[in-house]
Amino acid sequence: MKRVLPPLVVGLVVLALWELTVSLGRIAPFILPAPSAIGHELLVQRGNIWSAALASGLNALVGLAWGSVAGVLLAMAASRFRLLSDVSVPVAAVLNALPIIALAPILNNMFESTSSVPRRLVAGIIVFFPVFLNTLRGLREVDPVHRDLMTSYAASGWTFTRLVRLPGALPFVFTGLRQASSLAVIAAVVAEYFGGLQNGLGSRITSAAAFTAYPRAWAFVVGACVLGLVFYLVTLLLERLVLPPSVV
Amino acid sequence: MTAVSVSGVTKTFNEGRSDAVTALSDIDLTVAEGEFVSLIGPSGCGKSTLLRLIGDLVSPTAGTVSVAGRSARDARLRQGYGIAFQQAGLFEWRTVRRNVALPLELRKLSRSAQRARVDEMLGLVGLSDFAEHYPAQLSGGMQQRVAIARALAVHPPLLLMDEPFGALDEMTRERLQNELLRICGATGTSTVFVTHSISEAVFLSNRVVVMSPRPGRITATVDIDLPTRDESVRQSPDFFGFVTLVRKSLREAA
Repeated sequence: MKRVLPPLVVGLVVLALWELTVSLGRIAPFILPAPSAIGHELLVQRGNIWSAALASGLNALVGLAWGSVAGVLLAMAASRFRLLSDVSVPVAAVLNALPIIALAPILNNMFESTSSVPRRLVAGIIVFFPVFLNTLRGLREVDPVHRDLMTSYAASGWTFTRLVRLPGALPFVFTGLRQASSLAVIAAVVAEYFGGLQNGLGSRITSAAAFTAYPRAWAFVVGACVLGLVFYLVTLLLERLVLPPSVV
Repeated sequence: MTAVSVSGVTKTFNEGRSDAVTALSDIDLTVAEGEFVSLIGPSGCGKSTLLRLIGDLVSPTAGTVSVAGRSARDARLRQGYGIAFQQAGLFEWRTVRRNVALPLELRKLSRSAQRARVDEMLGLVGLSDFAEHYPAQLSGGMQQRVAIARALAVHPPLLLMDEPFGALDEMTRERLQNELLRICGATGTSTVFVTHSISEAVFLSNRVVVMSPRPGRITATVDIDLPTRDESVRQSPDFFGFVTLVRKSLREAA
């Protein structure tokens, strides 16, 4: 309760101030709608928000899944083969500096206009980097005592990877996943801004904004925010379940 | 039979480079079966390196190391020794039980045999009630006891210990020393024990090997002949006599 109360109070105060500022005419409602107006739209549009969130959420989930699997597998390969790791880290850094969202319109042109694949690709690529880099760091950071112990047990190669490297890297994998989970939602939503299917939160936001229906646009933004939060919290929960009590 | 035999061993790190360091020079050392030998000396005298040579965690530049009549490498591949370090080095994602069981798993013991052995070992170090705990839920002293249980789990004829009690408080340290002596006495294990502490070396050992740095070499060997090894010995004149003797040897070595 003590941990929940302060942020809750601050949040309510901010909302109240926001409401007051708008209703007292300090900010025009078409620039920033009042929270009450957004709340009203949330209620009216709840069915649409839900189905749009499902569509965007599925894209984010598929992206999160393939991006993480690729990230973990490639990190395992890179930690195993010196050459691959020497090459992959700088390449990953360069690719990471690319504005990947900007690839969305290009990818859109490669697939049919009704395809969800480009969005899932963008989400996956964005997920890949934090998972890959964190996992690789985890796989490389082996406690020297653990290394000596496994040598004394005459255990090497795959046994060593399976018993020490992988479980030792798991907390790092989850750090990557936590960062990636919100990124996946952001990527899936923003990728919709560049046309294609009109079924997700991103396309709803752009179309509402195009009709100057700002409270409605904001209602969908709130939906996107909640979706990102859900992804983050589920990852956090998974981490608590998988890791031993001590490590979390 | 001798448990450990080191003859004419020299170890140079970064050999042939400008930053070459001779960690050990012309070392001869034998440890008899069931004997408890401590290696003592200032930092950098190569005592840990000597221990690691016996465990085949590093290889000698010259000379030979044999463990129970085999080469150090053969002994390691047959899990011929148990080892414990200053850091407990437990696997934090495994419970206490599964930590102790790890060397047994690698030896492909059956599950029931593993379970029985782990129970025996945890009983030995007084941690039977903590089998399902994770390492981070234990105190430093308890973690160290788990590490010792793990080192003893395969019933090794030889125990190698690198300052295993170095990070512990004095009370815990003395209690674990007593436990270690009891365990080694009961199992007939030969032990090579690296330490910084003179009183610890005297209390535990049949023989204290004094080393000096740059290059690491053995400068003296003190046989410790105490009537018993219980708490009362720590206050006895004999005990202080040996402590003084080891201290003098260390001074002369420096």
